This record gives sequence, structure tokens and C-alpha cells, in this order.
Amino acid sequence: MMEWETVIGLEIHAQLATKSKIFSGAATAYGAEPNTQACAIDLGLPGVLPVLNREAVRMAVTFGLAIGAEVARRSVFARKNYFYPDLPKGYQISQYELPVVQKGQLTIDLDDGTSKVIGITRAHLEEDAGKSLHEDFHGLSGIDLNRAGTPLLEIVSEPDLRSAREAVAYMKKLHQMVVYLGICDGNMQEGSFRCDANVSVRPKGDPKFGTRAEIKNLNSFRFVERAIEFEIERQIDLIESGGKVVQETRLYDPDKGETRSMRGKEEANDYRYFPDPDLLPLVLDEAFIAATRASLPELPDARKQRFMSQYGLSAYDAGVLTASRELGAYYEETVAALGGEPKLCANWVMGDFSAFLNKDNRDVAQSPVGAAQLASLLRRIQDRTISGKIAKDVFEALWAGEGETDAIIEKRGLKQITDTSAIEKVIDDVIAANPEQLAQYRAGKDKLFGFFVGQVMKLSKGKANPQQVNDLLAEKLK
Amino acid sequence: MHDKTIAQLGAGLAAGEFSSEELVRAFLDRIARHNPQLNAFITVTVESALAQARAADQRRQRGEAGPLLGVPIAHKDIFCTDGVRTSCGSRILDRFIAPYNATVVEKLNAAGAVMLGKTNMDEFAMGSSNETSFYGPVRNPWDLEAVPGGSSGGSAAAVAAWLTAGATGTDTGGSIRQPAALCGVTGIKPTYGRVSRWGMIAYASSLDQGGPMARTAEDCALLLGALAGFDPRDSTSVDRPVPDYVAALDRPLDGLKIGLPKEYFGEGLDGEVARVVESAIAEYRKLGAETVEISLPNSQLAIPAYYVIAPAECSSNLARFDGVRYGHRCENPKDLLDLYTRSRGEGFGAEVKRRILVGTFALSAGYYDAYYLKAQQIRRLISDDFRRAFERVDVIAGPTSPTVAFNLGEKVDDPITMYLSDIYTIAVNLAGLPGLSLPVGFVGQRPVGLQLIGDYFAEDRLLNVAHRYQQVTDWHQRAPAAFA
Repeated sequence: MMEWETVIGLEIHAQLATKSKIFSGAATAYGAEPNTQACAIDLGLPGVLPVLNREAVRMAVTFGLAIGAEVARRSVFARKNYFYPDLPKGYQISQYELPVVQKGQLTIDLDDGTSKVIGITRAHLEEDAGKSLHEDFHGLSGIDLNRAGTPLLEIVSEPDLRSAREAVAYMKKLHQMVVYLGICDGNMQEGSFRCDANVSVRPKGDPKFGTRAEIKNLNSFRFVERAIEFEIERQIDLIESGGKVVQETRLYDPDKGETRSMRGKEEANDYRYFPDPDLLPLVLDEAFIAATRASLPELPDARKQRFMSQYGLSAYDAGVLTASRELGAYYEETVAALGGEPKLCANWVMGDFSAFLNKDNRDVAQSPVGAAQLASLLRRIQDRTISGKIAKDVFEALWAGEGETDAIIEKRGLKQITDTSAIEKVIDDVIAANPEQLAQYRAGKDKLFGFFVGQVMKLSKGKANPQQVNDLLAEKLK
Repeated sequence: MHDKTIAQLGAGLAAGEFSSEELVRAFLDRIARHNPQLNAFITVTVESALAQARAADQRRQRGEAGPLLGVPIAHKDIFCTDGVRTSCGSRILDRFIAPYNATVVEKLNAAGAVMLGKTNMDEFAMGSSNETSFYGPVRNPWDLEAVPGGSSGGSAAAVAAWLTAGATGTDTGGSIRQPAALCGVTGIKPTYGRVSRWGMIAYASSLDQGGPMARTAEDCALLLGALAGFDPRDSTSVDRPVPDYVAALDRPLDGLKIGLPKEYFGEGLDGEVARVVESAIAEYRKLGAETVEISLPNSQLAIPAYYVIAPAECSSNLARFDGVRYGHRCENPKDLLDLYTRSRGEGFGAEVKRRILVGTFALSAGYYDAYYLKAQQIRRLISDDFRRAFERVDVIAGPTSPTVAFNLGEKVDDPITMYLSDIYTIAVNLAGLPGLSLPVGFVGQRPVGLQLIGDYFAEDRLLNVAHRYQQVTDWHQRAPAAFA
């Protein structure tokens, strides 16, 4: 039985989060009525000319600097020529021979706890095409050019990935990066972040690459994993049964969970690339690059390391809290507002806070509970005004907008009972009401201690300080 | 009223000798009378011209002034005009009405010039005789059997026949200068980047440049002053102040060094054209200029390089004319491929198809290096030739075209001979330099043009050098008898 090695390279298209298109002033917002966000330039009218969006360049450079890449001081826009109804000019403006970002890398974490450096060959700027709509037109096709001219950063990896899991880990890491950098909204349903996967297999140890198939337009992490896994199986089965992999483009069908051939190489276009004479070479000066570098945010890996050392968090906690820039910032604001207790803060941000965000399907920015509010709640746990358990109810009330922490505690009478005599009074009542259990306990049935705690908490409506209850009960039950 | 220069018309309007409306009516009458013979206009915009004229008169009454206020002009039909058909001489755009104005149109509108109509041209500016137009050939006012040159043949003929005071043209390989020469008018192709290309339908983007055509250098100076300038909508437009071209016109020519490239006076140049050009150069010596023989050693490579680069760019630029969004669409396409092939097959003429095919081939995998890249290297060599020449001389002079206007139909079936008509003009586009053609005499009844080539952004110097010549000669004042 031959042992096979998989070789995968990903091409990821990240839609840049600019307000206007890469070569025109039309808006890029998603979901508008067809053809309402396409100006004369996007429509490819006669006589129109492209003007490069400076913000798109800044975003591409931001990305390049974040992955430790070479930022080309001079890069060139070329025309990729082909006919298609949703390609208004008959060519796509893209960078070909001289991309703006060259030779970077990204470190991914593997399942076994080790990490691996994945090379990024290049990242280049280009414009998106429009969309063909084949439904609702009675045998005709509709063309929506709202998306035409939307800026894309195409990020091409080296063939460094060796499994579907690695491919997904890389894609997730890249997704985190572009969202962190604020250059892409990362919305995969809307197509803001999509992937083409080049997959081949070869006998383990063989230095030559096998023939690859390209799987187009994978727009979810799950699809990427499933499509690649299917494709690996398909190629191995094919070769082992005496066949040959042909170089081709394949499409993933998520309903059937399989890839199928889209077009063979013999039909491949000759794109007749040449430098676009309407655009001068993109020349970046050192000052622009330095300014972009200075405005880079703290990157996910660095932040994770800092959270571990500064707050004493585990790698896991630090990883969760730095998964998004906003969550990390929220966490840090909470710790700062509380003035310490990083572990308590971490538990709450990762726990109830994240759970409520998920439940309501909200972003951190849309949270009704700000970091200062959460800190005010945690302060009441810290100073033993309320217990952790009660705090969950208060948090829910905060989330529902019922007021500030102290007002909610006050209004609902949730203040913790720490007065020893008051707690002793409750304990006495509980003991008096349960003579049987008392007898059994004293006879050696230690497990009943929990019963008494429960009864005390119940009678105090959960407000008795649990530690004091424990201590006092132990004393009284002796 | 019509037989005046723009400068004279501007003075007459300012002095109240006639209104813009009167002037425009006079020109519209001439167009109605003579255009059927010449076919210089594709579209005549009678109503909007009169409206613009009245608006110009009102502006003047309000105290506004300006050398172009109320002056009638025409636009080559390659410039997009809001609400008016812009055909580019092609069937594929026969019914295309642009929803916006080219910068050139916008600027002349702002200056108060009145558009009489859109002038005929070779289809998509591809041609040297105006015979490739979907709207039929233009005839040369000096001899109706002769071509007017191309591709801005309609503009040149309209100016020569006094159907307009001035016109815009575009020049990719000589399309302003060669028809100016063949029709006996003055035209200047500015430095690449001097005039915005926004709204000018692209033929070969790295070579295309718009510019004015008129009777005199002074008129060209007035028009260029309005046309030139940075346009943020054109990334290849150059952000550089526009000098006062009129103020520079009278500078004396004493000590001016004129370079005469020996390659422009050799084989292929018609002997009689050579004699006319040499007498013009003699006139310059009388004006105080010094002439120096120079060499532009890579001149013979200009045409082959051009006929790779220009078709390559055009093959891509014209891909947008696909019958999907606008322009000609074939009847009942049976599928997408049919829609493309028949719409384009029916919409484009033979010369356009020839260049699209040549360009597609030149850019194809396996040929790119041998053709496109090689042509770009030649382009660099040609620029270097000029750079070295301008270290020694102020301007370069020579014939604009190797012959006078040829007969209609004479070269249509022989593209190579046709292409040679631009042998002296094409290198200027490849280098991106400014070039001007002015009338300097006749061979028989057909005019001869002198080409002046300047260093980058030396339009002021070229206009000055042409103007001084026109102060001591009267070729530019001659009118073809039938249109006087």
C-alpha cells in the first residue's frame, strides 16, 4: 500500500473594506438593488478611465507589513483579457508580474500543538467582476455590476499545506489577520473572503509535485475542508486504479459533498496579460510605507503572547481572547476598569459575555454591556456584595438594559448577606426545621452537609455569602 | 463672417460686430450647404449650437469675456458628448449616446465655445485617409478626389473649408498632424498627458492624445490654453501648470536651433514635397533660425513598433464593445458566443478587425516577448534618439507626411503603403512628445505640411515657431476656391 502526501496551496480573495471601488468612486456596500452601485467606469462605457483608490493600496501594504512580506516599491497593474458578460471592459485590471506584496509568511497552529510557517508567495490588488443572474429572466441572463470594480486582495500561498486541516488552519489564521487589520470585513456568506484551493497528491518522499486540480470559490471553512478531503480521496483512488489526474478547474458541490470538473486545461484562456496603459506603475515611497507600518495594530500572535505574560493567562484563554481584535480590546478595558483580577475578567468575557453575544448574534461593538459595566459587576463580586451566581442574574439584567449594576442589585434586593448574625439566624432556622437530617449528619452521613448549604442558600434567596455559610454551618453542625 | 480666424472672431464678438448666434447661424448655413459634398460632419447639432450661442451672448451681456466665448467649434466624434451621439466613426456605436462629457468637451463648454457638431473620422481613429469611417469617407476641400488624411479627417476638412473656426482632434500616430498637413490647416498634438483623455474613446491608450486643429498657430494656442491641464480622472494626465501659449507666440526666433533629421529627408519622401519643405526651412533661416542636421537613427523602427503596440492596446480597449451593455447588438443571438461574434463582426469594419487580430496575436502567449516586449524596447530607443537630439536643438523640423493627399481609394487595399503615410509622425507618439503641423505650400492644388517636434511640454515653443512663420507667410490664409 503506497503512502501518499497531499500538497495544497490556497489562493484567497479578500475583499478590501474600502468605501469606494478600486478604480471608481462608486460605493462598495453589499446588498444594494442591482446596478445601482455601478458608475460609468464600472459599466465600462467608452472613454472612461480608472483612477486607483489610495485606501486600497494602504490596505494591501498594511497586509504586506503584517505578514513580514516585501512591499514592492514599484508594482504594475496589468490587464487580464477575456470576454464574459459580467466583465464590462472585456478585461480585469489585476497585478500580474509585479505584485505589491511579495514573499511573506504566516505561522499556523497545528492540532498536535506544534506550529508551522506557511509561505505566502504574493498578494496583489485587483478588481472584482460583476455577477451574472440566471434566474427570473425567462431564458435570458441578468447582469448585476454592483460588485464590478470592488477591490480585492488576492493572497497566494506557497504549496506548503499538507492536509485539509492545515489548509483550514491557514485560512482561519489569514481570516483573523485581515479582520484584525481592519482591511476586510471577513464576511464569507457575502463573499468578502473566499478561497480557491490547488490540490495534488504525490507518493510520500517524491520531490516532484503531482498534477493539481484547482477547486474554485469555496466560501466557508467547512467547505474548504470537505472539498479538499474529497479531492484528495478522488485523486488517490484515481491514481491507484491506474488513472491519471488531469490539470483542471473543479467546482465543489456542497449538497453532494463532491468536486466535479468545470473546464479542462485545453479550454483554458490565454489571458494576454499586458501592463495597463491607463494606469501608471504604482510607486510607493518610504514615507508612505513607514506611516503605514506605524499605524499597524498589535498583531494576533503578539497580543496572545502579551496576554499570557501580562495577565498570566493560559495559552488557551489568551488564544480565545485574542481571536478578534474587538474581544481582546474589550477584555483589556474590563481588566483596566476593574483594576486587576485578569483571570476573573477572562472567565466572564469568555463565558457569559461571549455566550450572550452568540445567543443574540451580535458583535462586541453591538454589545449592550460595555466593558466598564462588566467591570462594575465584577467589582461587586470582588467586594462580596453579590456572589458569582447572583452576578449571572445581574449580568442578564444589565444585558436587558434594566439599569446599572448597583441599581439592579438594589432594586432586586440581591445584595449578599455577610452579616454573621443574620446568616446564623437562617442556619438556626434550617437546623430547627430538619431534625432528621441533623441526626443523620451527626451520625456520620457527611454528604448531608451539602443539603444544609442548599437549604440555607434557598432560604436566603441565594444572597448569603457562600463562604460564610460554609464556615458557620460547619461550626453549628459539629 | 466665416472667413476669419478664432482670434478675429473673438475680437468681432467682443466688439459687438456680430453676435454668437449670428455667427453660429452663418456656420450652420455653410455646413448645410457644403457638408453633403465633404461629409466632414457625422452629426450637426443645430438646436444645441443655437442654444449654446444664445447662452454665450447672454454671458457676454453679463460682462463675461474670453477668447472662445461664443466661438463655433466642432468635436471629433471620438469625444463623448452628453446627450449627443458619439459614434467614433463606427457602426458599433452608431446609436450610442454618452451620458457624460469628455473633459475636452467640458473645458470648451466652460470657455463658452459653441459646438456645431461632431466630425467624421476613421473608425475608432484607425486610418490615415478617413476612408474607414462607417459614415463614409470625407473629401479633401482642396481637391474632392483626394482624401483629407486621417484619422481626424472630418475636423481637418471642416476647418479647411471654413465650416468651423476650429476643431478638436486626436492623434495616436499622426491623426491630427497628417490630416492637418493634407488639408492645409494647423494642428498640434500636445505632449502625452497634457490634455485629459477622460471621455475620449481609447484606441491605443499609451499613444492617444487630444489636441486642437485650426487655421493658425495663434488659434491653436487659444484652443490649447483651454484644453490643457491636469485632470484627476485621467491617471496619465500630468499635474503641471499650463503656460500662456498666446503670450509666448511672438518670441523672436533669433538663435533658434532647428534640427533636420536626415532620416526624414531620405528615401520615400516625395521630391516635390521635399522642395516645399526645404523652402519653408529656408524661410526659417531668414527669420534668424539656425538649422542643424541631426540623426534619429531608429526612425525606421517606428512603424513596426507602432503596429505592434497600438493594435495590442486596441485589441484590449475595444473588447468592451461586446453587444452586452450598449452599442450594436446582432439580431436574435442564439447564445453568448453568437452574440459576441455577430455583434462585433457586424459592428466593426475591416481595418478595426485587422488591428484587433494583429494585437490579439501580438499579446498571445509565446509571442508576447517577441512582439509586444520588443516593441516597447524599440519605443525606448526612439525616445532616446529624441532625448539626444534635444540636447543639441530646440525643435526638430521635417515633412509631416511623405506625400500630399492621395486619391480616394488609392491605398485602401494596401495597408502597408497607407501606414507609411504616418512615417514621420508616429515616432513622436511613441516618445510622447508634442508635434505640430502647419501649412507651408502646395504641390499642385494639394497642401503640404511642415512638422515641428518639440521637447516635452514645449507646446509654447512649437506654437511660437509656427506663429512666427505665419506672420511672414500666407499659406494659412489660403482657402480652397469652392469653399471660400
